[in-house]
Amino acid sequence: MAGQNTSPPALGRALLPNFWDAIALVLVIAGLVLIVYGARATNAPLADLDVAPLSLDPSHLPEYALRTILRMLLAIVCSLIFTFGYAALAAKSRRAEMVLIPLLDILQSVPILGFLTFTVVFFMNLFPGNVLGAELASVFAIFTSQAWNMTFSMYQSLRGVPKDLDEVSQSFHLTGWQRFWQLDVPFATPGLVWNTMMSMSGGWFFVVASEAITVGNTTVTLPGIGSYVSLAIQQQNLPAVGYAVVAMLVVIVLYDQLLFRPIVAWADKFRFEQTASATAPTSWMLDLFRRTRALRAVSAPIGRLAKSFVSLRFDAPKAWAAWQSRMAASSLTGDLVWIVLIAIAVAAGAWAVISYLAGALTFSDVLTAVGDGFLTLARVAVLMAIATVIWVPVGVWIGLRPKLAERVQPLAQFLAAFPANIAFPAFVVLIVHFGLNADVWLSPLMILGTQWYILFNVIAGASAFPNDLKEAAGSFHLRGWRWWVKVILPGIFPYYVTGAITASGGSWNASIVAEVATWGDKQLTAAGLGSYIANATAAGNFQKVVLGIAVMCIFVTLFNRLLWRPLYAFGERRLRLG
Amino acid sequence: MNELITNAALLDIRNVSRSFPKGSGEELLVLENVDLTIRSGEIVGLLGRSGSGKSTLLRIIAGLITPSSGHASCRGSAIQGPPHGVSMVFQSFALFPWLTVLQNVELGLEALGVDAAERRTRALAAIDLIGLDGFESAYPKELSGGMRQRVGFARALVVDPDLLLMDEPFSALDVLTAETLRTDLIDLWIEGRLPIKSILMVTHNIEEAVLMCDRILVFSSNPGRIAAEIKVTLPHPRNRLDPPFRQLVDSIYARMTQRSEPRAPSVEGIQGTGMGMILSPVSTNVLAGLIEELSGPPYNGRADLPVLAGTLHLEADELFHLGETLQLLRLAQLKDGDLVLTDAGKRFAAGDTDERKRLFAEHLVTYVPIVGLVRRVLDERPSHAAPVARFRNELEDYMSEHAATETLGAITSWARYAELFAYDENAEQFSLENPE
Repeated sequence: MAGQNTSPPALGRALLPNFWDAIALVLVIAGLVLIVYGARATNAPLADLDVAPLSLDPSHLPEYALRTILRMLLAIVCSLIFTFGYAALAAKSRRAEMVLIPLLDILQSVPILGFLTFTVVFFMNLFPGNVLGAELASVFAIFTSQAWNMTFSMYQSLRGVPKDLDEVSQSFHLTGWQRFWQLDVPFATPGLVWNTMMSMSGGWFFVVASEAITVGNTTVTLPGIGSYVSLAIQQQNLPAVGYAVVAMLVVIVLYDQLLFRPIVAWADKFRFEQTASATAPTSWMLDLFRRTRALRAVSAPIGRLAKSFVSLRFDAPKAWAAWQSRMAASSLTGDLVWIVLIAIAVAAGAWAVISYLAGALTFSDVLTAVGDGFLTLARVAVLMAIATVIWVPVGVWIGLRPKLAERVQPLAQFLAAFPANIAFPAFVVLIVHFGLNADVWLSPLMILGTQWYILFNVIAGASAFPNDLKEAAGSFHLRGWRWWVKVILPGIFPYYVTGAITASGGSWNASIVAEVATWGDKQLTAAGLGSYIANATAAGNFQKVVLGIAVMCIFVTLFNRLLWRPLYAFGERRLRLG
Repeated sequence: MNELITNAALLDIRNVSRSFPKGSGEELLVLENVDLTIRSGEIVGLLGRSGSGKSTLLRIIAGLITPSSGHASCRGSAIQGPPHGVSMVFQSFALFPWLTVLQNVELGLEALGVDAAERRTRALAAIDLIGLDGFESAYPKELSGGMRQRVGFARALVVDPDLLLMDEPFSALDVLTAETLRTDLIDLWIEGRLPIKSILMVTHNIEEAVLMCDRILVFSSNPGRIAAEIKVTLPHPRNRLDPPFRQLVDSIYARMTQRSEPRAPSVEGIQGTGMGMILSPVSTNVLAGLIEELSGPPYNGRADLPVLAGTLHLEADELFHLGETLQLLRLAQLKDGDLVLTDAGKRFAAGDTDERKRLFAEHLVTYVPIVGLVRRVLDERPSHAAPVARFRNELEDYMSEHAATETLGAITSWARYAELFAYDENAEQFSLENPE
């Protein structure tokens, strides 16, 4: 029965293109052409950038947008490769896990924009005189903003593979390779797709920030939307900023419709639920490709190739397996040796950093950085409080109205993805125009892009609030203040904390670009750790940058450990519904 | 055919024991000195209470865990990792939700390196055999529980195993579906259409074991041991209503309730005694309901366990569990496969809410040592409060961390009902105070 649909007449018909093939073909060819076109430009000598300088003519924007998109695409591919390797290693080897997971935890709280200083120098030296070095530095910056949460998600999925499926793969003799592709990866896919989407929305911010980089005397401007905006700022061209905003909107929508929606719809089948869900995500793009006939027939061999790739039977060599089991057997002494090795490496690293810093910095520099850290902390805390007071009621109001929530939710997610730094000039113009205090009025920029995480998580929480509890509250006449405190706030709390963690982390990162803002030749600076790092970067003072990053790391880590984690644990333990 | 091979045991388990680490760092013995031989052509059942180590034994045979001591061999060679020629059917079905029925069935063949064409032919044949025709391209989430377990069977059979292991394969299914699947499987077995030599199944359902098996090994708990071997010679198809069938079920019920009497005469059937008693949470509502059911007609204080299980729609295992809890509290007694109310039990049935609570509290303090201890400590302390960790540590000297959590959960809910002491989840402490 199932074997019959490969008979010759059927095969002939399968190859016959249909209407959907035509559309899909156009899309595929266009995609390939754009990638090749964009990729060719990245391999040019650095001098070309000066020969063909950026232009604020909006007709160049599509090309710039394409370059930005390709950077993003390359970064996400790198992030995925990194995720697969790092997470698999951490999940499969206990000793590697002891190092890799705490390391990942730290990396998550490192301010990415602080990195730029070092990576630009590093990559430029790797490809001297070629654009490729600067391109890679930019891609690396985006990568560092995306990879960590994807890796964490994958690692957690790998550790949480259901026991019965694990036993099946053992008892049916799947090799390590087969098991990884048939069990581990599919199981991790839904979480990974969701986190990749989150990473992408975070990534736009960094792609914009990393396209125009100034380190000391070196300034590199890569063609892209970000550099277009920074040129517009230099030339005080407000309409050009407007064009860039529009271009960015289009790019994000295209990315969502052409790339992510199809992936989300496709990945729905990997959700680990034994019951069919009521509403499966859909995508017109995926439907289009599923309706094509010739394209599917032609791409079938690729599918088969992938299939035989994942069902290859090679396993870890015998020697490796034997070594593994020997290590497991002598685990206590082995662990001890391992821990000592790690301790030595950490001590050596700490010594290297301290001796590097001690040469150029004094204790008063440390005090300045920590003092600035407290200023930025105060800003983040106040802004989070304000955003909470505004967006929680709004989110609840929207979330309890399903029709409205359905429409507002994508908008809030979209706003979270929109790189707020493109819109900064508009605010700076206002501050300059009215002569406002930069220390106060630059602060809102930090939360401009990140507040939406609070909004859309609260909307999600309020939408998920069980109807019977709403009805019970109504029938007991719970209203006003009591209704907020006893009913809805506990109900949305876990969602709120999830959103707030992302928003606060994002705000710390944003402080590096938000505390220093320019408009033409006017420069505004708000005192804080962000401007400390930004100024040190502009001055090419690497020691100060390292110090600033280290202090910010410590602040963010402590903030997470002492505030958000306990709140999150509390919410998970006591307030999770269902 | 070589005479030696056909007569050789398919599976040989000698003196196998297995222990797991306890919370306190010591080892907890779950399986002790088990011997088991399986030959061609038989269906063997491992019957026992949950926690009797029967699933552990099955996983040792499947090569998923290694025995702490003893020797396990399959077709003459020692079991190191999952042996070839053995496949397993899981209680939870364990299907890959992202693979279709056909892909799920093909998975085992793929791992063996069977080429695509042969894989397809064999998988379709197995799907056909097990009655899944037409469902080849369905995903597991589109199937009912019964159909999912059929996929589990097809996947296990397609690799042509000599020995089929089944871990409570019907217990996640509703009564009707389970029965259909059982009879389908037995029919295929009798007609010789299954490509297997023997079946080893784990179950806690007594009737299921009598219905399907040629040989039943009854496990005792704590640690798991084979307490009895029962041969079932009734011809297939077996009828649950046949008097010999009923007699066999009754005798197994009796055996499973009386078996540990000599070890602990006062609290027979309870796992361990004193502080080492592992308690699992049983709702006081269910206990009260069972006592009421027992005291009224037609039982009038004494009920035959299989009959009670039938009318209350309870698994034998659940009923044993309830009966033992009542027995521990001296509200009822398990005797010769019957559950008999004690005088206290009768008083409980007749009493009003306050009287019931008083009686329950009294028995709880007297007969459950850990409750007595908590109460004494709370009475002695001036603050009348004590952290739970104090009692947890004490329990973990005797049992695993998990069992200690279960036990604490059980006594918390019972003590709340009896109004003996209160528990504050935030502070994680027991206290005598009533909440304000």
